[in-house]
Amino acid sequence: MAKISLTVNGKKVSAEIEGRTLLVQVLREKLGMTGTHVGCDTSQCGACVVHVDGKSVKSCTMLAAQADGTAVTTIEGLANGNELHPMQAAFKEHHGLQCGFCTPGMVMSAIELAKRNSNPSEHDVREWLEGNICRCTGYHNIVKAVQAGAQAMAAAK
Amino acid sequence: MYDFAYHKPATVADAAKILAADGDAKALAGGQTLIPTLKQRLAKPSAVVDLSAIKDLAGISVAGGKVTIGAMTRHGDVAASADVKKALPALAALADGIGDPQVRNRGTIGGSIANNDPAADYPAACLALGATIKTNAREIAADAFFLGMFETALKPGELIVSVSFPIPEKAAYVKFGQPASRYALVGVMVAKTATGARVAVTGAASAVFRWSDAEAALSKSWNAASLDGVKVSPDGLNSDIHAAADYRAHLVGVMAKRAVATAG
Ligand SMILES: Cc1cc2nc3c(=O)[nH]c(=O)nc-3n(C[C@H](O)[C@H](O)[C@H](O)COP(=O)(O)OP(=O)(O)OC[C@H]3O[C@@H](n4cnc5c(N)ncnc54)[C@H](O)[C@@H]3O)c2cc1C
Ligand code: FES
Ligand code: FES
Repeated sequence: MAKISLTVNGKKVSAEIEGRTLLVQVLREKLGMTGTHVGCDTSQCGACVVHVDGKSVKSCTMLAAQADGTAVTTIEGLANGNELHPMQAAFKEHHGLQCGFCTPGMVMSAIELAKRNSNPSEHDVREWLEGNICRCTGYHNIVKAVQAGAQAMAAAK
Repeated sequence: MYDFAYHKPATVADAAKILAADGDAKALAGGQTLIPTLKQRLAKPSAVVDLSAIKDLAGISVAGGKVTIGAMTRHGDVAASADVKKALPALAALADGIGDPQVRNRGTIGGSIANNDPAADYPAACLALGATIKTNAREIAADAFFLGMFETALKPGELIVSVSFPIPEKAAYVKFGQPASRYALVGVMVAKTATGARVAVTGAASAVFRWSDAEAALSKSWNAASLDGVKVSPDGLNSDIHAAADYRAHLVGVMAKRAVATAG
């Protein structure tokens, strides 16, 4: 057992971990933040995407030990009280979800795209979401939501 | 996943020392191959040596007609590098086509090359551009580095430090992605250099290889049409549920022509 310290959604936290403990396990099991999902556990579906030092990563494919000293943002860290983050609001507005299982990862991934490209084309969004799998929606409304969310993020700046 | 000890050394020498002292210890770069492997219990290292705190291992430099990339440089950083885009745009484009954005944010060139997956993209660039792989012990020419499926010239515990790519006159990489995984069903990198054309093929066989007939044809005349009638034999190519060997052989020709056309 070793101890790691990191910042999660702006709060300093620490956790006792084993070498093999994954970042997603710390988030879900140690910190009780179950917004980050585990879909495949084989690095393919993107349900577990969080930001580590500002970049989107699959938290099922990162050791907790590798996150020592980093700043992590999860889906729980986006809203400002009751006010949804513009990307979350866009998913709600455009019906970018059905069961919602993929949504936390979709939103976290989309936010990195929006930071790089404030007006992504449909093609840009589909390419970017390569690592995020949705079993329900057929992606159409997710793409619309991400485009609208990116524009809303740019407008809110 | 079986448990293991976790080390995060600050220098290459310290990392090498841990790996030398414990034959069951394994280097960890981006973890995008190693962590899935550990989860499936396909490997049982006693210790994992995280290379991410070693400052000299990450970074990109362009000098002396070469693009040199540190082993821990992430695919996304190569893809976004203004220097790489200017000096060797084919390499930036290749890096931008690896996996998905989250894999590119973590995965590294050193990890990709050390792993030598039969369908990995970077090995094709190393072979087509005649790269030199620098380790903590020596320099290895790409032609002598990729030995077979998941097999390289690296000795146990030897660490890749950087990869140097001589800048060619022209180059391009084109892959035909497997529709679900997007790994290369076939990927071809072509390069026009002062000493002739080089063509490397990934995804088609058990490991990346140079296609000498295509190199001869393109060295005579750098033109997609030069490859008309030049065929790779399906003997020894991969056959699986995604593609039969003869289809892969056909794709090698098509991708090579597209790559030459893209390179211009
Ligand atoms: C969903 C998904 C899609 C992918 N798609 C593609 C794709 O389209 N094309 C492609 O090419 N790859 C693809 N990959 C693989 C990806 O590029 C990996 O990042 C890469 O193969 C391994 O790099 P890494 O830095 O993650 O290495 P790790 O997983 O950390 O390590 C891999 C191996 O290399 C060894 N190693 C690492 N660094 C060094 C070093 N400096 N010296 C010596 N040994 C070292 C490790 O010990 C380990 O055995 C994909 C991966 C995933 C999860
Ligand atoms: S749970 Fe991490 S990629 Fe699917
Ligand atoms: S909404 Fe159900 S998986 Fe995407």
